Amino acid sequence: MADQPVPIAGPLEVAYPTRGTFLEWLHSWVTTVDHKKIGIMYIVYSLFFMMVAGAEAMLIRIQLAIPNNHAISPEMYNELFTMHGTTMVFLVGMPILFGLANYIVPLQIGARDMAFPRLNAFSFWLTAFGGFLLYYSFIGGFGLYGMGNAPDAGWFAYAPLTLRSFSPGHSIDYWAAALILSGFGTLGTAINIIATTLSMRCRGMTLMRMPLFTWLLLVVSGLTLVTITPLTAAQVMLLLDRYAGAHFFDAQAGGSPLLWIHFFWVFGHPEVYVLVLPAFAVANEVIPVFSRKAIFGYPAMVAASVGIGFTSLAVWAHHMFTVGMSAAGNSFFVLSTMVVGIFTGIKMFNWLATMWGGSIRFATPMLFCIGFLFQFLIAGLTGIMLAAAPWDWQLHNSYFLIAHFHYVLVGAIVMCIFAAVYYWYPKAMGRRLSETLGKWHFWVFVIGFHMTFDTMHFVGFLGMPRSIYTYEADRGWNTLNMVISIGAFIQTIGVLIFAWNLVYSYFYGEEAGSDPWDAWTLEWATPSPPPVYNFATEPEVRSRRPLWDIKHPQDPDWKYEP
Amino acid sequence: MQQQPGYSPIRYMLALAFFWLMAITRGYCDGPQATPSIFAPASTPAHEIYSFSFFVLAITGAIFVSVASLLVYVMIKYRARAGEEESEPPQVYGSVQVELAWTIIPVLIVAVLFLTTARIIFAIQDAPEPKSALNVTVIGHQFWWEFRYPQLGIVTANELHIPVSSKQHPQATYLRLLSADVDHSFWVPQLGGKTDLIPNHPNEMWYQPTATGMYVGQCAQFCGVEHAKMLIRVYVDTPEQFQAWVANQQKAGVEDPKVAAGRHLFETEACMNCHTVRGTAAKGTFGPDLTHLMSRSTIAAGAALNTPEDLHKWIENPANFKDGALMPAMQLSDQQIDDLVAYLTTLH
Amino acid sequence: MSTVPLFTDESWQMPSKGKVAMLSLIIGECGIFGIFLAAYIFYLGHNLSGPTPSILDVPVFNTVCLLSSSLTIWLAERAIERGEIRKFGALWGLTILLGLEFITGTALEWYALIYRDGLTISTNLFGTTFYSLVGLHATHVVVGLVGLTTIMIFTLLGKVRQEHAHRVQVFALYWHFVDAVWVVVFTVVYLVGR
Ligand code: HEA
Ligand code: HEA
Ligand code: HEC
Ligand code: CUA
Ligand SMILES: [Cu+2]
Repeated sequence: MADQPVPIAGPLEVAYPTRGTFLEWLHSWVTTVDHKKIGIMYIVYSLFFMMVAGAEAMLIRIQLAIPNNHAISPEMYNELFTMHGTTMVFLVGMPILFGLANYIVPLQIGARDMAFPRLNAFSFWLTAFGGFLLYYSFIGGFGLYGMGNAPDAGWFAYAPLTLRSFSPGHSIDYWAAALILSGFGTLGTAINIIATTLSMRCRGMTLMRMPLFTWLLLVVSGLTLVTITPLTAAQVMLLLDRYAGAHFFDAQAGGSPLLWIHFFWVFGHPEVYVLVLPAFAVANEVIPVFSRKAIFGYPAMVAASVGIGFTSLAVWAHHMFTVGMSAAGNSFFVLSTMVVGIFTGIKMFNWLATMWGGSIRFATPMLFCIGFLFQFLIAGLTGIMLAAAPWDWQLHNSYFLIAHFHYVLVGAIVMCIFAAVYYWYPKAMGRRLSETLGKWHFWVFVIGFHMTFDTMHFVGFLGMPRSIYTYEADRGWNTLNMVISIGAFIQTIGVLIFAWNLVYSYFYGEEAGSDPWDAWTLEWATPSPPPVYNFATEPEVRSRRPLWDIKHPQDPDWKYEP
Repeated sequence: MQQQPGYSPIRYMLALAFFWLMAITRGYCDGPQATPSIFAPASTPAHEIYSFSFFVLAITGAIFVSVASLLVYVMIKYRARAGEEESEPPQVYGSVQVELAWTIIPVLIVAVLFLTTARIIFAIQDAPEPKSALNVTVIGHQFWWEFRYPQLGIVTANELHIPVSSKQHPQATYLRLLSADVDHSFWVPQLGGKTDLIPNHPNEMWYQPTATGMYVGQCAQFCGVEHAKMLIRVYVDTPEQFQAWVANQQKAGVEDPKVAAGRHLFETEACMNCHTVRGTAAKGTFGPDLTHLMSRSTIAAGAALNTPEDLHKWIENPANFKDGALMPAMQLSDQQIDDLVAYLTTLH
Repeated sequence: MSTVPLFTDESWQMPSKGKVAMLSLIIGECGIFGIFLAAYIFYLGHNLSGPTPSILDVPVFNTVCLLSSSLTIWLAERAIERGEIRKFGALWGLTILLGLEFITGTALEWYALIYRDGLTISTNLFGTTFYSLVGLHATHVVVGLVGLTTIMIFTLLGKVRQEHAHRVQVFALYWHFVDAVWVVVFTVVYLVGR
């Protein structure tokens, strides 16, 4: 069944160009406007930065493993956690989601490319230069003793710490400039995805037949439009304060540092949903395929995603329960935040219902998705605890908070990224990733993950705040921190197995064929890797699972879908 | 692919429950602790938050147990068995009733959670300030705390003294939170939640401590290089101890002719530009008030002990303890520093 | 699935990708303007010293010009749709003139504020928020004018034909947006805020 040719794979004979020199090869990538190549570049770029930011996390954990440690200077530590957070969010989470979108969306909707291929390439390079500019600060920033100095004010960069009086030098300028640059790239790609999904669908692909992956990326892109722009605006204000003598956040002139906090979280909160919705998107593809069942409650899934998108615009101040809002203000944000939990619950239950009555196969992508379900459940519930404002007065900025968001960011998002790579690697490379290595990767990573991040909740309860480069030996945090650090090293081993798998399977992996997972969406109708033009003939669909219809002509989906 | 679901949530649930218990039971002994656990409350708002947290824990815990068991059940019950590879299970596309059910139940849960949360928020935040309340103004500086008692005319630093509250003599302390430079956050877990100190945005919080002793906490909002060494000590005193402390703090700086050399240095070197010693020419306000330095057991916001040796090392070069402290190393000779320390150690 | 003919009608129509993209861009721009507007409103009356919004003169003529440019560009769009290229060129040129008038008006206003009233971006909070908000809008007008002029040049070179109507309309959306934002900025800065 798996290799059964599907008509739209088509009669066109593909003449792959013969291998040229290295320069030709490089040239072909740098100048490409093909959505698949750009997608791969995005993904490679973000996996690279995942290693970098992960290495930064390791340095953080080395410093915190024992109390009063001197492995890393305070200045360096602050740079490390700022760069770790900023990198993970802007150079890993965002680009990888756009990479997946770039690769998968046109294939899933039966299009031959994105709506604006050149804008697409331009956006990628903007994002890429943004990232490299940020890292150039390590050597190029104007720091103490002429050394470089990277941004060191946290990924939230609270003014007035970021104003010139408290952060002389250029570290903050790198932060602002790099993110403004990559922000424009992000905006461009988001616009591109919206235009692609709304205007490039193949015949029969109505909105309500779009694969959920594509739907969620549409929602994400819409959310990105109104998320990344406030950050850009706030960063422009910051730069005006720093260089044009403006007073937006300058307390001396009556400016309000509180305003920055609002502006940042007006961006920052929707941003975390921008990051998590693509993870949901991956789960939406993987869980049905490996449970061998159609997704349960497709319309409810779409509605819940759109609901999350809109609600997430009105919850930002749950990051600000301790800034001294009125009791009524606090209560409002408690409510709006918890409402997001209802929408998310709908998704959770629909996934469970999809698995219910299925025939579940525990291949590596599914393993990661199950890990995701379990961990996301916990992460969401700790989110609800944080949303209970009085408790948040205790938990805010403690390691409990760090644990909450790593549970989502690592336990949900990174897990789904792994799932996505295992799931689509065969499509992109023509070879499967090794299942054995995959299982090792999963188990090692999950064990490390739980050692690290479960434990973080407890040091949080015991009063350990975030962003501290060291702590006193008598606080009772020593053992727990050691466990956290060991867990982090185990995670690193897991990630290294993954990296090895990527390389190894590229050369020695099992040939994948066009449809290794026996899946149902259009990307699996193309050869692996798909030719430049994707589809020989433009496909037509009449249900959400076009390949199911082909594989089960006697019992097609369109008979049942409402 | 005949694998067991493998991933064993049950084990994790047990481990988790165990850890929760550990963390929680730590708090069951009363009074101050070396570990500032939020589960060892010793003051009114902290108590309220503590009981509230169990309510939230119970609800989220129940949700966790039900959903996680469902997940485990589904994984075991519906795993692919031998012989199923070639057939597909029956396809189900959705059900409106079921969707409604799992929308409405969470709505109800959220309603309950929200109403309770709002009640606690109002109870703590809008509690009327009693007339007898002690007022303290807390000013956050980059890497140290300034405490002013406007009713008592006291200025001190880093170590806060407040009276205990009892049934017979309820005594609340109201903190007014200001910042001199960047954002900070005042957090002493056993006494209450944290509140930020934001320039141009005065905030307020209150304590009503129920057990005496020394409580530790620290700045909880990243505020620069030495954010990690911006520790807080709160001494909850019996009324008598507090009175004695107040009486001492209200005196001017002690004069001792034996340390005239040190005092002279203090008033001729840069020290006096930044520090105040009441009753002398030193009236600087950039650094902590040193009038009663010896009444504190640590210096530099908990970065070092208040001993002659540590004082010596501190004055020699503050970076010995605190790399980014905003006090310069003044390149003094050992003899000069010894004189200074001798002077400082008379400031009881 | 070419093997299974599913659709016989030719009614499969998607929205124009240009318009979708431009509307998306506009939504994004709203985010930027929203933040600057929020800052302006937040700081109304928070000035510690220096000039206050009461020194502003209401730029009625400017506003009329900018708003009527929306009308002229709309007429131009209709003209090109019908293939009346000369009429299109004339109306397009008129739009540019109106836009130029607006930007000149802003420049004169700023000149007066700086040299008569001594208000710069660093004077006080009013200066900070006023120049950044109005400046943000003016930047958009300038960008719009550059675009308008480019199309004008092509028109004069005779390169613009009826089949470009769609692209011209997509670009015109942007200009309409710039005008619409002015209505909001104008209301906040000159009507409510003064
Ligand atoms: C992708 C990332 C992501 C996601 C998805 C979430 C999801 C949620 N987050 Fe999280 N959060 C972060 C990333 C994320 N968060 C980050 C990075 C920070 C810190 C930033 C910083 O300070 O640096 C943060 C901080 C943060 C805070 C601020 C804490 C503080 O600073 O003091 C709060 C408070 O309300 C919060 C709450 C929530 C809630 C309620 C959800 C909800 O969306 C969760 C919803 C899910 C569920 C509830 C589980 C499934 C639902 C059911 C099984 C149904 C039944 C449930 C109910 C009826 C309740 N988060
Ligand atoms: C997607 C987002 C994401 C991810 C995946 C992670 C992953 C990890 N994070 Fe991070 N983290 C954040 C987002 C993320 N984090 C954010 C936003 C903050 C807040 C920052 C702030 O306050 O400003 C933060 C802060 C933060 C802190 C708090 C710092 C502080 O407040 O003082 C800590 C402390 O332990 C930490 C640890 C870890 C660890 C151990 C991992 C592990 O999961 C990492 C696992 C390891 C790897 C993924 C890579 C390993 C590979 C190698 C080492 C390869 C070697 C190198 C080469 C081959 C080149 N993170
Ligand atoms: C430029 C200002 C400045 C000068 C000059 C200065 N100090 Fe300080 N001093 C500070 C600051 C700021 C702190 C708080 C540092 C911290 O905790 O981060 C401090 C802290 C101290 C402390 C600890 C106080 C406490 O309660 O924790 C002592 C003791 C002290 N200084 C003594 C001196 C002496 C003696 C001199 C002169 C030789 C001196 N200082 C000169 C700014 C200054
Ligand atoms: Cu003060 Cu952190
Ligand atoms: Cu949030």
